[in-house]
Amino acid sequence: MYTNRAVGMAYVSPFLIGLALFLLFPFLASLGLSFTDYRLQDRWSEARFIGADNYTQMFADHTFRKSLWTTLIYVLITVPLKLVFALFIAFVLNFKLRGINFFRTAYYLPSILGGSVAIAVVWRYVYAGDGLINQALTLAGFGTVNWLGEPSTALVTIILLRTWQFGSAMVVFLAGLQGIPQDLYEAAKLDGAGPWRTFSRVTLPLLTPVVFFNFIMQSVQAFQEFNGPYVVTGGGPLKSTYLLPLMIYEEAFKYFDLGYASAISWFLFVLIGVITAIAFTSQRYWVFYAQDRERAP
Amino acid sequence: MASSVELKRVKKRFGTVEAVKAVSLSIEPGEFAVFVGPSGCGKSTLLRLIAGLEAPSEGSIHIGERDVTYVHPSKRGIAMVFQSYALYPHMSVAQNMAFGLEIRGLKREEVRAKVARAADILQLTELLDRKPRALSGGQRQRAAIGRAIVREPEVFLLDEPLSNLDAALRGQVRVELARLHARLGATMIYVTHDQVEAMTLASKIIVMNAGRVEQVGAPLELYHRPANAFVAGFLGSPRMNFLEGSVTSAHAEQVVVALASGPVLLSRNGTGLASGARVTLGVRPEDFRVLSDGPSYRNAIEGRLVLAERLGAETLVHVALDAASLATPIVIKIAGDLPAGAPGAKLRLAIDPDKCHLFDPEGTAISEAAAKLSVSA
Repeated sequence: MYTNRAVGMAYVSPFLIGLALFLLFPFLASLGLSFTDYRLQDRWSEARFIGADNYTQMFADHTFRKSLWTTLIYVLITVPLKLVFALFIAFVLNFKLRGINFFRTAYYLPSILGGSVAIAVVWRYVYAGDGLINQALTLAGFGTVNWLGEPSTALVTIILLRTWQFGSAMVVFLAGLQGIPQDLYEAAKLDGAGPWRTFSRVTLPLLTPVVFFNFIMQSVQAFQEFNGPYVVTGGGPLKSTYLLPLMIYEEAFKYFDLGYASAISWFLFVLIGVITAIAFTSQRYWVFYAQDRERAP
Repeated sequence: MASSVELKRVKKRFGTVEAVKAVSLSIEPGEFAVFVGPSGCGKSTLLRLIAGLEAPSEGSIHIGERDVTYVHPSKRGIAMVFQSYALYPHMSVAQNMAFGLEIRGLKREEVRAKVARAADILQLTELLDRKPRALSGGQRQRAAIGRAIVREPEVFLLDEPLSNLDAALRGQVRVELARLHARLGATMIYVTHDQVEAMTLASKIIVMNAGRVEQVGAPLELYHRPANAFVAGFLGSPRMNFLEGSVTSAHAEQVVVALASGPVLLSRNGTGLASGARVTLGVRPEDFRVLSDGPSYRNAIEGRLVLAERLGAETLVHVALDAASLATPIVIKIAGDLPAGAPGAKLRLAIDPDKCHLFDPEGTAISEAAAKLSVSA
């Protein structure tokens, strides 16, 4: 006779086993590995505890420092750019226009496609020497740009690739915009507020919880960007697009130095954690919640 | 400063739906005008047209001497109190009130003085630093009125401002609004579906139905001399009873109407009424009497008790005049309690011969004056 408990456990077990096997175990194992000199081809038993050596090596490593710097620049530009873009498009798509649902879908489309490697491959061709953009530039009478070959422009291409996938942030903004009561806009109109003042004094403050949510989500995602640099630029030229996730990948699976890769992973994890924590504590200075958060269940 | 408001053949269409049908209306300076009618009658649309939140499809709107038909809402000299209050949730009460003034470019001290004065009138001073979420329904309502007052408008527009308050508070705020109107002397236009609010607050009631104005007048004038069955039925609670019948005789001093339950004699001028004409007799609940057993009485009709709602000071008695009217009994209102009677008990009622209304089959009131006119014509 099966007990309720056993039946219940049986139902949740696929998830629990998956969670333990593919998330919890690697998560903890990588923490352990980051204190060892474990290499991918080694047996587990051959791993030697080396204390914080991986971490001290990391901060001395010129490649790591450059990669960290590139990642920070990438995140610092991509996230605001994407948020502004997403908000702008959401704002436009919030107008009641004929066929608006078609446009909402059309603008969301890149986000569904965008995560895939296929799009990154397309991107490579768009920015290639004889790619779409250079052809357009030539047609318009400008010279061509070596987008992927120049350190200064290669990062731009992968920033744009990520920014272009603004759909999910846009949908959240759109939902937020639709949650603002029409009455408030009418009250603002009666108060004599023009479009800009209405946006900055009424819309934006009421949208701050959504901005906050999107900021966190997009930052976390941006710190983990891998497809773009891996497929489009391969991290180059001159490591100008060598983001931390790509470095982690290469340290682990190209140089087989899993201990070192784990240490970088954990550094990235803590970095994301710290930035998220700072964002959370900063909320009370700029995020406005219509309901008391204390009262929320 | 109070201004007049005048609408000239204002129409508003939404797609194929005509929400407002050629309304012409004038509201005098300082008047408390109430638009009243069932939901969907166009009263809120009319208010929004005056506010400038909607543009009329046809016609023109004038505030004071100005044609404001195409003037921006903020430049019309109006202030509006929304049904939802529409307070900016991220601003304090003071900021809510100051927002419009700041946009107009008033000096900081000036803004502060105006906000303080309005807060004083509405007893909001203690609450100025609070956000709307930290206010009760009644306080939010006052804050919304405060935001309107600081603008010192020529015309106040109020869209069902009491509908989100509980019954007890509603009565209290109603009194406060009446006093505020007396104190400010401004023109106020008020939309409600509640005829009690309309009757108690208005100096002029505009009864609307299906996008049209049915009748305009002082509250008691509409109550006592409704232009048609709609107005008669809408004003007064419980609503007027309508009884189908036909004229059996009409003279200069009296009219006899035959109802299914028997003849009823009305003391009114019947000149111009044709014998045999189909009419609807309108009798308000308070214009019935319950007769005790005994001598026969003129205008007595018989019915059966369906239900007695005892309110203490008065009793609402539902009476079925015949088997067919069991589903829609008439309602009469008597002072005190109903002496006796279980449901189904026989009741004899008398109709006050001086207080009956007559309507033709289209629902238009047959007034004595009109009857006289049609004779002389």
